[in-house]
Amino acid sequence: MKKERHPLAIDVEGVSFAYNQRNVLEGIHLKIPQGSFLGIVGPNGSGKSTLIKSILGLLKPNEGTVKLFGEEINKFDSWSRIGFVSQKANSFNSGFPATVFEVVSMGLFGKIGLFRFMTKKYKQKVYEAVKQVGMEEYLSENIGQLSGGQQQRVFIARALVSDPDLLILDEPTVGVDAKSVRNFYTMLKKLNNEKGITLVLVTHDIGAMSEYVTEVACLNKCLHFHGNKETFENKKEEMMSAMYGHDVNLLEHNHEHDHHHHDHDHDDVWRDKQ
Amino acid sequence: MEILEQLTFLERGVIAGIIIGFLSPLIGAFLLVRRMTIISEGLSHITLTGITAGIFMSQSAFWLGPVNPLYTGLLFSLAGSLLVEKLRQIYKDFQELAIPIILSTGIGMSAILISLVQSSYTEWYSYLFGSIVTVTLSDLFFIVITGIVTVVILAGFYKELLSISFDQEFAVTSGISVKKINFLFSLLIALVITMSIKVVGILLVGAMVTLPVAASIQFAKSFRQVIFFGILFGEISVIGGIVTSYYLNIATGGMIVVCGVTILVVSIVVQRIIVRLRKTV
Ligand SMILES: Nc1ncnc2c1ncn2[C@@H]1O[C@H](COP(=O)(O)OP(=O)(O)OP(=O)(O)O)[C@@H](O)[C@H]1O
Ligand SMILES: [Mg+2]
Repeated sequence: MKKERHPLAIDVEGVSFAYNQRNVLEGIHLKIPQGSFLGIVGPNGSGKSTLIKSILGLLKPNEGTVKLFGEEINKFDSWSRIGFVSQKANSFNSGFPATVFEVVSMGLFGKIGLFRFMTKKYKQKVYEAVKQVGMEEYLSENIGQLSGGQQQRVFIARALVSDPDLLILDEPTVGVDAKSVRNFYTMLKKLNNEKGITLVLVTHDIGAMSEYVTEVACLNKCLHFHGNKETFENKKEEMMSAMYGHDVNLLEHNHEHDHHHHDHDHDDVWRDKQ
Repeated sequence: MEILEQLTFLERGVIAGIIIGFLSPLIGAFLLVRRMTIISEGLSHITLTGITAGIFMSQSAFWLGPVNPLYTGLLFSLAGSLLVEKLRQIYKDFQELAIPIILSTGIGMSAILISLVQSSYTEWYSYLFGSIVTVTLSDLFFIVITGIVTVVILAGFYKELLSISFDQEFAVTSGISVKKINFLFSLLIALVITMSIKVVGILLVGAMVTLPVAASIQFAKSFRQVIFFGILFGEISVIGGIVTSYYLNIATGGMIVVCGVTILVVSIVVQRIIVRLRKTV
């Protein structure tokens, strides 16, 4: 199909959004080519989740348009090409009687279609996705009885199970332990390299993120920066102080080291934990 | 249809009961996880308004011919169900408010209509507390048809309903239309409430939707188990209730509820014992 060949996975044009007349996003232009791995950073309340929700059509922008794979968002219907892990994914009703298997299956429901049920082929897909996040031992456990990080992994599996072409993750590793975060990023990188899946990752973990992504976007109401990782690395301090202000911990950390030094430091920390 | 005609009234009651015992817990499981079980109370009373309106119409508008009041009941129930959904959107942060609004509206309008129609006390009594003796052929026909519609809708949209109930945002991003599914769910609730009225009674329909799943959630690990045990408990309550009420000549709805409550209490106690035993081992 010609749609598949569309060069842009996401095309955000002049999007503005306001909650009760308070502007949260202003004039965002963001083009994300297929095959890129974009990291979105920005302080709390900077509108990252709002932008993600606008991209997914969960919120209607006051101005501007969003296209997914070249298709206007309100006409878009190839939802099985999209995988999403929400920031609030594990704020579900913890008494909900569903097993890990049932939750991950939900990632396939849009694809399977009405009046059809889970066949062997689909069940196999669920097993694979659950295995990919290392939760295969918990398949028939109740989702509410898992730890926060384990739940988060299940939600990642739910997003992966439909073999999406575009995976959007809003702080997916909150509550996931350091070693697993590392494994998770490695897995994302692999999906990106081997299958060419487009990835959008919102995170506060700038150090770890910048080792894996190909592009970075800095958001604080407006899009302050969007470019490849190398440019970001060069402008990092400038960007960070513009967005976060000077008295933020993250920056103090940065002031003490030069970049390379800092990155190596970081590497060692990860190695220790592995 | 012809098979239905040959049934004795007891057989009619039992068949109606089996259908209700199957479908009420099924809908109840979804209501449970959406924290909406209370909706059955509101809707049953608006259904009463519809039933009284149906009786009123048959009495005052002869040209319409005899209308089974269950059909008008269903219409009101559906309107009420959609209204609840609307009110829940309007009062996003106080969603439970929808129920007392619908409930009092239903009772108020029923009271007015009841005072206008000529009906015997026993007729109202059977609507309020349920009675298999009054399940007519036309009632059974209504229950079978609405039952089939319910099963078809559920079979088609089970996955979508489950996904929306668990995580609405994710459901949307997997291509499920929340509006459409929520409308169908409102329709399902209205169907199940209305079909249960004759057997279980307006004041007691909430019980069939709630008690079996309240018992099954005690030990169910998966959603499928909630449904499976819910249906099992639902059928035991309904059949147990119908048979005992018939032989003891007492209100069917009452006996069904007593059976349901017994199962609930037993499962709570058994669950407690299991937890104790696990701790000591
Ligand atoms: N439902 C809502 N109603 C009103 N205002 C909201 C709502 N959700 C978010 N906001 C406001 O919009 C702004 C942006 O929120 P958003 O969740 O997009 O930030 P974020 O960058 O994702 O933050 P975080 O890093 O904490 O996740 C915040 O100031 C917040 O107060
Ligand atoms: Mg956020």
